[in-house]
Amino acid sequence: MDGSLTRTGAGAALRHDSALKHCTGEARYADDIPEVPGTLHAALVLSTVPHGTLTALYADAARAMPGVVAVLGPRDIPGKNDIAPTGKDEPLFADPVVEFAGMPLALVVARTRDEAIRAAAGVKAEIAPREAVLSIERALELGQNVIAPQTIRVGDAAAAIAAAPRRLDAEFRAGGQEHFYLEGQVALATPGEGGDMTVVSSTQHPSEVQHLVARVLGCDFNRVTVTCRRMGGGFGGKESNASWVAAAAALAARVTGRPVKLRLQRRVDMIATGKRHPFLYRWSAGFDETGRIHGLKALLAADGGWSADLSGGVVFRSVTHALGPCDVPAVELTAQAVKTNTVSHTAFRGFGGPQGALLIEDVMHRVAAALGRTPEEVRARNFAGVDGNGDATPYGQRLEGDLIARVWAEARRDSDWDRRRAEIAAFNASHPTLRRGLGSMVLAFGISFGIQHLNQAGALVHVYSDGSIRLNHGGTEMGQGLFVKIAQVVCDVFGVDLDRVAITATSTAEVPNTAPTAASTGSDLNGWAAHNAATAIRGRMAEVAAAKWGIAPEAVVFADNKAWAERVGANRNYDFSELAKLCFLERVSLSATGFYKTPDIHWDREKMRGHPFFYFSYGAAVAEVIVDTLTGEHRCLRADLVQDCGRSLNPAVDRGQIEGAFVQGMGWLTCEELWWDAQGRLRTVGPSTYKIPGSRDVPPVMNLRLLDGAPARVETIFRSKAVGEPPLLLATSVWNALKDAIGTPDLDLPATPERVLMALRRRG
Amino acid sequence: MTVSSIAFTLNGQPTVLPAGTSPTLSLLDWLRGQGLTGTKEGCAEGDCGACTVVIEEPSGARVPVNGCITLLGQVHGRVVRTVEGLRAPDGTPHPIQVAMAESDGTQCGFCTPGIVMSAWAHARSGGDVHEALAGNLCRCTGYRPIVEVLSGVAADDMTAPDVLPPASVRFEAPGQVFRLPATLDELLALRAAHPEAWLLAGGTDLGLRVSDHREVPASVICLLNVPDLQSVEARPDGLTIGAAVSYGRLLDLFRAEPGFGPFAALLARLGSRQIRGLGTLGGNLGTASPIGDSLPPLVALGAVVRVASLRGARDLPVEAFLTGYRKNALAPDEVIVSVFLPRPPADAHLACEKISKRHDQDIATVGAAMLVREAAGVVAEARLAFGGVGATVIRAAGAEAALLGKAFGTAEVAAAAEALAHDIAPLSDWRGSAAYRLAVAQGLLRRLHLRATRPDLPHEVTAFAEVL
Repeated sequence: MDGSLTRTGAGAALRHDSALKHCTGEARYADDIPEVPGTLHAALVLSTVPHGTLTALYADAARAMPGVVAVLGPRDIPGKNDIAPTGKDEPLFADPVVEFAGMPLALVVARTRDEAIRAAAGVKAEIAPREAVLSIERALELGQNVIAPQTIRVGDAAAAIAAAPRRLDAEFRAGGQEHFYLEGQVALATPGEGGDMTVVSSTQHPSEVQHLVARVLGCDFNRVTVTCRRMGGGFGGKESNASWVAAAAALAARVTGRPVKLRLQRRVDMIATGKRHPFLYRWSAGFDETGRIHGLKALLAADGGWSADLSGGVVFRSVTHALGPCDVPAVELTAQAVKTNTVSHTAFRGFGGPQGALLIEDVMHRVAAALGRTPEEVRARNFAGVDGNGDATPYGQRLEGDLIARVWAEARRDSDWDRRRAEIAAFNASHPTLRRGLGSMVLAFGISFGIQHLNQAGALVHVYSDGSIRLNHGGTEMGQGLFVKIAQVVCDVFGVDLDRVAITATSTAEVPNTAPTAASTGSDLNGWAAHNAATAIRGRMAEVAAAKWGIAPEAVVFADNKAWAERVGANRNYDFSELAKLCFLERVSLSATGFYKTPDIHWDREKMRGHPFFYFSYGAAVAEVIVDTLTGEHRCLRADLVQDCGRSLNPAVDRGQIEGAFVQGMGWLTCEELWWDAQGRLRTVGPSTYKIPGSRDVPPVMNLRLLDGAPARVETIFRSKAVGEPPLLLATSVWNALKDAIGTPDLDLPATPERVLMALRRRG
Repeated sequence: MTVSSIAFTLNGQPTVLPAGTSPTLSLLDWLRGQGLTGTKEGCAEGDCGACTVVIEEPSGARVPVNGCITLLGQVHGRVVRTVEGLRAPDGTPHPIQVAMAESDGTQCGFCTPGIVMSAWAHARSGGDVHEALAGNLCRCTGYRPIVEVLSGVAADDMTAPDVLPPASVRFEAPGQVFRLPATLDELLALRAAHPEAWLLAGGTDLGLRVSDHREVPASVICLLNVPDLQSVEARPDGLTIGAAVSYGRLLDLFRAEPGFGPFAALLARLGSRQIRGLGTLGGNLGTASPIGDSLPPLVALGAVVRVASLRGARDLPVEAFLTGYRKNALAPDEVIVSVFLPRPPADAHLACEKISKRHDQDIATVGAAMLVREAAGVVAEARLAFGGVGATVIRAAGAEAALLGKAFGTAEVAAAAEALAHDIAPLSDWRGSAAYRLAVAQGLLRRLHLRATRPDLPHEVTAFAEVL
């Protein structure tokens, strides 16, 4: 199969299908839908203590406040008080154990949102405090986990370290990250007849919203319909967290019999919903004078927060990405998620992969510093599949050494590395206080859900008798351009222009049993599902045309909005709309579902071996920074990025994903800092205190190239590759450049001006 | 003072709100309630810019503001445009909307209407693109295409219709009175009668109590229509600035006035264009927060605050005016009228600094304004003011003493930095640890010296990045 690179089909650099609607304000988000008269609004009551037993909840005063309709708690739940996305026993409302400061205790329902918010502040909780565990270190001491340690072993790491000429031990930390989707969590639940519930949810996972609503309401899935036209950003934050917000709204709608909207205030959203997992790393490495690592033993301890949520997948991805693109012959890599009395950390773009990759980068930089070599030299010495190094990950899946070497070579060349190295050295020698630095990153990111059954997708395509097409699939649109990419696939199959395809809201009523739009797999999975649906319809249409022309169906060509007999430009042809009408008259179905499951993936959880990823995406980056050694202030001055997208489905969309991911990753690693006080309360709860990058923070020079002429080597849709998450790892180059600028590899994350200045002082 | 209905021009159309509409409802909430849902709520604290709308001033200036912290009473008599009002009468999207769409300037699109409005304002005002975007967060794109669109926006000739002249009016809603006095005398009488009322200027601090905390104040006195509070006067010895002059106007003034360049550079980082469109010097003084960006320069320059009541006016040095953590010397019946800001001597070394996690639109971890003047080879004057290192803005007396009467040299600066450790006692919080705050304050003193002695060099990272 080979995509014809058409004007609107696969490979065309089309803009986002909603771009103009975004700019005019027409694009509707969940909160923009006109409210039905009588719609009620809800607000959460949150715990302010991190751990304890709820002994009493005083809600009478709140119930008496203006406009209040109901105050709901665990006793009002007709189904189960459980919102666990993967495990069980993760209560929606504390009952009676309070597990973190910010845990929902109750829900106030009122005529207006303001009335609900004011009344929620009037609900008083009595909580008998228990000892709160607020750090990864303390949880490790206590041995409390939400995900037990998982270890990948190859060879005898301890022996290899002991036998190696040199040895290093180190510990470092990386912080979490708030998603800061611009549109906060929101759901509108509308009760119907006979126990039906329709939910408009800003969610990456409509099926899970459906399941959790049904679980909380105690009904079958078929009573619940969930739709999502678009999100105002997701980034993983609306993978599992959207579900409980929707379940709370649905509970209120069920109890009151009226539509209920729950739209979290930004502060509540930041306190009560999960974030990227912070990590603590401890490692020992044995290596030789060339920088070759002989053995590595490492612990990657994620802060899981109070519940498992999706931490199992995050732990899996961190441990499978802990060596990045490198090979180490003997390893013992252990990852786990400890239990703390903190919000339950969740999916965030990269899903543990970016955190895993930090490990090997830290190792390379400290080993390089110990040897007086450059990190680039040491990393390249350990590239998998290069110079006689092993070419497999420690869990047994092959990496493509040629692509690893190629992305690095291209990034190095694009960045004009050697010339700038010299220029920077000259500057640093001449300036009394400012220091520039150069850093790099090479990534290999596995594509597929770690949980095998999620690697499936469905689509529903209709062709109407006027030749217009309606496309629906299980993927959700959060700004990543998935809808236009899938529409391009359908255009490609039918040989029609994009304006013929109506893009529609994701709905559990149209495509059931879907996976979340996550793990970068949206276009890989849904693209194939839509392709299969469209191909089925095209086959039927071809038969109708072929019968009229007396040719074989395979000889009908779809292109330029027409069906042609044997070749484009033939005298015998039908307009696409004409053929659609003909099919209708001939009583041929013009509707089809399509289904896809990713082939060739498997994982042995006992042995920690397998082939969990359909393929790898590769990339490399070079970043330059400047640091003020008086204050720790720093800026990224330039970035050169090379990202493998296979044969891109849409280079414009992919470019946007890469740039956006780089900047978001840079935020995680530099300015975005989550700060909890000694009482376990998050104090960075809005954009005034939690700083995501602004436009000035973007490197003034940002060169970006999609890896050219590198179609995927497995049968992905049109040989494209996933792009949502991998480029976030490119931002690691900024961390590495900072370490270069300050002359020490000892720099925890996020590398705020404070950490940079304090690292400089430690270095002396 | 007559009871009136709130009236303004919205997207070119005269709009009169029904009597009884809450004057402290945010413009954002009101717009969305009218079905104008293009304007979004991202944070409700004036930081993300998704709610950006533009106030079109009679001068033709377009002032972007955050709809979430702009109260309906504040827009009385003004001209407001939202993203829905950019289309041509025949429905054609504005060229900026088209350019943003065609340049891949949108991904999720939620921040986009606000960015489009900032771009529309920028098309008239011009200036630094990042200054124009500092108040608009985008989490998806990485900004590159947005910056490109703003760099190329062309001015259009869309104009604002006439506005109502400022008048003395009062808006009433159940449990609420919102007063808009039109003269200083009227304001002073109202203040004497209603010492408990919120004194609302730009509302960038008080607006949060409405927008974020959903408070419903019973009594508000809005200062925006009092001409004495809106006047500025430039004299050779300094500037007299009305308490309700917006930072946006002040920034233009500082950029034009000799000696105020360093203060202008700091002011350009105070909030965002949206915040500066509303926020005022009087507001920073009234709030008296130790991290108010403008306060260290006022202290370092020796500003004098004029306050007034029916009892009369008095002038207070700003150091006497700021009495403690969010406390000032205002009596219950007094209001701030103006600030006199002495013009920095041409031969002084002056630096106005802010250290924060992000360059733009952030709150200071440490703020500093340092003025050092040399005469006859020694330091003749040293005024070192630091914010964010104590309950209020602090003069570093020990460090100043260490400099005075000595040569302005590396060793003397190092000694002053040592002394600074005894002058300030910062706290640790989410913006920085006590140790970092002290280290930074010391670093800023050294940076002042570098600025003075090596004018040929870039002195900090942003200056370097911009040269690039």
